[in-house]
Amino acid sequence: MNLTDLPLGEQAILMLAGLVLFTSFSLLAQPRIVAAIRTFAWQGVLLSVVTALVAYDTGLHHLYLSALLTLLMKAIFIPWLLHKLVHKMEFQREQDVLHHPVLVLMGGAALVIFCYSIALPIQKLSISVTQPIIALSMAMVMLAMLMLITRHKAVSQVIGFMAMENGLFFAAVSATHGMPMVVELGIAFDVFVAAIIFGVFFFHIKDSFDSLDVDRLSSLSESDE
Amino acid sequence: MYQLVLISLGLVFGSALLGMFADYQHSLARFLHFTLLAFAGALCAITSFAVLINNFTLVWQLPLGLPWLNWHQQLDGLSAFFLMIIGIGTLAAALYAPKYVTEYKNSGQPFAALAVPTSLFIAGMMLVVIAADAYSFMIAWELMSISSYFLVTYQHQNSANRRAGFIYLLMAHVGGLFILLSFGILAGFAPDAATAFTFDGMRAASPSLLWLTISFACALIGFGMKAGLVPIHVWLPEAHPVAPSHVSALMSGIMLKVAVYGFIRVSFDLLGEIHWGWGAALLLIACITALFGVLYALIQQDIKKMLAYSSIENIGIIFIALSLSLIFFGQNLPHLGTLGLIAALFHCLNHAMFKSLLFLGAGAVIHSSKEHDIDRMGGLIHFMPWTGIFFLLGCISISALPPSNGFVSEWLIFQTSLQAAAIDSGVLRAIIPISAAVLALTGALSAACFVKLYGTAFLGKPRIRSIKKSREVSFGMLSAQGLLVSLCVFFGIFPTFVLNLLNNIPQQLFGEGLSQAMSHGWLWLTPISAKSAEYSAPLVAFGLILALLVWAGVYFIMKPKRKLQNKGRVPPWDCGFGPLNSRMQYTGSNFSMPIRRIFSPVWELSEENKLQARNGLKEHAHTLIYRENSDDISWKIFYNPIIKMINFSTKRIGKIQTGHLRHYLAYSFFTLVALLWLIS
Amino acid sequence: MVNILNIQGWLLVLIQTSLFILLSPLLAGWIKWLKCHLQNRRAPSLFQPYLNLWRLFNKEVLLPQNASLIFRMTPYILSGVILLAASVIPFIFVRVPSAATADVIVLVGFFALSKFFQSLAAMDIGTSFGGLGASREMTISALAEPAMLMSVFTLAMIAGSTNLSSVIETLLSQGLVLRPSLLFAFAGLVLVAIAETGRIPVDNPATHLELTMIHEAMILEYSGRMLALIEWASMTKLMIYGVLICNVFFPWGIAESISVGNVFIAFFAIAGKLFVLSICLAIGETVFAKMRLFRVSIYLSLAFTLALLGLLSHIILEVGA
Repeated sequence: MNLTDLPLGEQAILMLAGLVLFTSFSLLAQPRIVAAIRTFAWQGVLLSVVTALVAYDTGLHHLYLSALLTLLMKAIFIPWLLHKLVHKMEFQREQDVLHHPVLVLMGGAALVIFCYSIALPIQKLSISVTQPIIALSMAMVMLAMLMLITRHKAVSQVIGFMAMENGLFFAAVSATHGMPMVVELGIAFDVFVAAIIFGVFFFHIKDSFDSLDVDRLSSLSESDE
Repeated sequence: MYQLVLISLGLVFGSALLGMFADYQHSLARFLHFTLLAFAGALCAITSFAVLINNFTLVWQLPLGLPWLNWHQQLDGLSAFFLMIIGIGTLAAALYAPKYVTEYKNSGQPFAALAVPTSLFIAGMMLVVIAADAYSFMIAWELMSISSYFLVTYQHQNSANRRAGFIYLLMAHVGGLFILLSFGILAGFAPDAATAFTFDGMRAASPSLLWLTISFACALIGFGMKAGLVPIHVWLPEAHPVAPSHVSALMSGIMLKVAVYGFIRVSFDLLGEIHWGWGAALLLIACITALFGVLYALIQQDIKKMLAYSSIENIGIIFIALSLSLIFFGQNLPHLGTLGLIAALFHCLNHAMFKSLLFLGAGAVIHSSKEHDIDRMGGLIHFMPWTGIFFLLGCISISALPPSNGFVSEWLIFQTSLQAAAIDSGVLRAIIPISAAVLALTGALSAACFVKLYGTAFLGKPRIRSIKKSREVSFGMLSAQGLLVSLCVFFGIFPTFVLNLLNNIPQQLFGEGLSQAMSHGWLWLTPISAKSAEYSAPLVAFGLILALLVWAGVYFIMKPKRKLQNKGRVPPWDCGFGPLNSRMQYTGSNFSMPIRRIFSPVWELSEENKLQARNGLKEHAHTLIYRENSDDISWKIFYNPIIKMINFSTKRIGKIQTGHLRHYLAYSFFTLVALLWLIS
Repeated sequence: MVNILNIQGWLLVLIQTSLFILLSPLLAGWIKWLKCHLQNRRAPSLFQPYLNLWRLFNKEVLLPQNASLIFRMTPYILSGVILLAASVIPFIFVRVPSAATADVIVLVGFFALSKFFQSLAAMDIGTSFGGLGASREMTISALAEPAMLMSVFTLAMIAGSTNLSSVIETLLSQGLVLRPSLLFAFAGLVLVAIAETGRIPVDNPATHLELTMIHEAMILEYSGRMLALIEWASMTKLMIYGVLICNVFFPWGIAESISVGNVFIAFFAIAGKLFVLSICLAIGETVFAKMRLFRVSIYLSLAFTLALLGLLSHIILEVGA
């Protein structure tokens, strides 16, 4: 399969998939919280455009609905919610602490290669246009988990959690051309509820510790150190 | 033809004999000793060049050693190439040494203690590359190691030198043990028991993949310890600086290549089949070695220690090329594997030339200025112009800048790694370009390192007054450097001739050569095909000269017609900040500060900042002492845990020695019972 | 294979290279004009750099006391190397004999050679600012080189060659293909080009504060025609990077065969592409602020990550299993 043999629409899908991977990397390395939220919103927009293109290419119309749902939830509602929370807690000028951003980025690159090597046998089975994207979507999930591990502030960790869900959605689109609609709506609703619960917890954490640094939570343990 | 090699060996041993009777007072014996060495080196180089260019393979036996075990020796393309390197290095060292060793006249050691081990060292190296059986190989290897130990501890009054010598000897022997194990495995599987220990016998051996891998690993550890792979490199930065400079040049420029020869001989020739996994593992080790070497070189202040770490970096680069070659051979792409091997061999030659040049230049600098620390030098180019120019050309070569020879070999390695697109495995296709990026990083960092070295030591103003008394060194020392410089320049501008020479080696080993490399004539270097990559070094060099002439022409056209009064030299502007003194210049450690900040976890740095009080009051202090110390982090990460583990386990085992008689009697009793039970 | 006795080819090289070095001050003047207008200032004439160079050529050279041979030779070596680099880039014609003598890796080597000598010349006089400029310049170039070579490798893997003419011809022959790898390689190369040519956000080319200088600190002691040559070399270097990026990533319009019509189209095409590129550069320089030195390493690791992403997307997305 050579890129030059594919029609323009399929090339556009691959191009946008590459850009989605780039947004995953920039989430890893972006210290400013407001910019991270914005990058997450862009990731949602790109994902919905890819889904719409896949829908156009394969003719599966329920994917249009998925795309719309993704756009509304991931690109508009959740970033708006997080934005509102951050402004309410007067957090918008804070920066997350990044230890060794270069090492984290290199680790991310290694994860992408690792996911690619794992996805190779799967790629041989699938014959659709989106077969190379399976590796990318797995890598997105891994990168989001790396973000959860390496970040300190709770808001960044929530974004990482949402990005992980993005990756799973992307995997579903690329491997099986979307999930059944019921599953789709259920997951969307779960994410919606999770976002609201997180918002409530942010206030509690901020009240108790006066900061959203997750490492402070370990001071809750009562063992004598 | 092979008799010429034996003659040159005889000359070397003759010089050893002569050295026993030479001393510092009578210069005739001393000069004769070095003349014999020079002749031996030249003869060796010429003979091996002839063998290489005519594509011969000479095999013979010497009736030395035990009565029924003759010494088998061979001179095929690979051996001839490395013998040529040894010959050129010996010639350069022998030209350099006569005047240089007078520095040690008043040091208290006899000259014989330097002369005899030097000759034996060179003889040992020569014997290693022509050995065709494990027995003579190991004897020659031991000769090489032990004689260089005596060279490293030549100035044994200094305890640091003794420690360096001890570590060197210890690691040389541990490495030798691993090499012996590697040979042993191959010999164990050899079909014919009588010739199992010869290389021919080992080539016929066909062990299973597991045993092949173990043999490869032992060879890697053994030869890697001698070559300087991280983390088994720790002897190198301690031993190379303390030896006399011409010996350091031999050790760094030549002996490391002999270790590379051993590795190539075992993995490409004796093992037979190659598995790509070995290449991938070696690629990781080599990348770490290269990066580690150059980063440590950047923070050194001692000129010879910096060059020693830079040798580690270049060994890493050679092993990167070798690992790429192994990967390609393992993936059934022999023509690309050949490319990698040729790139590695070319870099071996280049590194031998410019590293020897740099060490000889460093020796000249130390000889003239009596300083080791570059932060105490400065402006040497005004006092030692020829050494300065030769050293500059060496720095350009080692930083891999066009049109030097270092650039050609690095260009070949880049082209090899770019051919990764031909491999099936996607993961390898991703990892190999990343290793090429690491290579690019080390190349750029080494350029920074040598700008630091040259700029601090040779340029600027002298930082202490005694530097102004430095004078240019003698003709002998300069001619040695000049020889190496001209070879570097020649290899850089006419690389196709060297490739012609090198092409015979893989031809003999695998039956494959680079047919395309010179297919477009001597002007173009096209390793794969003209469409994919080509480089014309002579045209680039010519273009450079032409461009310089263009600007000279512009100058002469635009030269103002009116006569300007010749103002002479003016004080530097320095943005008008007032009078400058030489202490305001950047020192070497200042130069590397940004890199130190960026890569800080790599080193074990300790800084000491002391304000010297005056009149007992800190407020009236007028002297600030800043000392920076760097240690090799491999000790902390790798060796100290091993040492702790050994200590711990030996303490536990030592509990057997209780001191009670009845316990010892019980030991013998239980051993007897166990043996009886085993027999029954 | 290229016949080096091809007189017509070498004539084209001569024309192309002279055009290159004669037009580079115009490009610098145009960028300056744009920046001034964006910052609401009155701009000098577009041809001011030519007048500056003429003025400097006519001034006398004052050599500092400690200057050695290296200080005196560096301006000539520098401009010679940049001239050689300019002859290697396909500017108007794709296939010229000089472009065959050196490929992209050699081009990177040329720039490294020029930086090497410039840093040495800076350290030659024995002032603190020389060492300052030299150490910063070598650090930045050390970090930029893997990013640049990674972009080059991505290109080489796409086009199967490191020779610039072959790369451009291959990309032209494939028509309009949306490649994520090219997009990422383009982004990485743009970031590296900004670092190497010393523009904001890495280095401010118009700064007067010595402690913030990188490139200017190295040439503080030069005067007269030496300074003219060095300034000309840095303007040509900017144009080399510009032409490289324009012609490799947007190769449409370049003359593949020699005919008068093709030459005119190619000339206007490259002029148009450089026009757009300089507008983007001027906007970027106005919008972004200069970074502190130790943030440059993070900036360059971003460039490396982009280039690496380009390589990975090529392997994963474009070539397939």
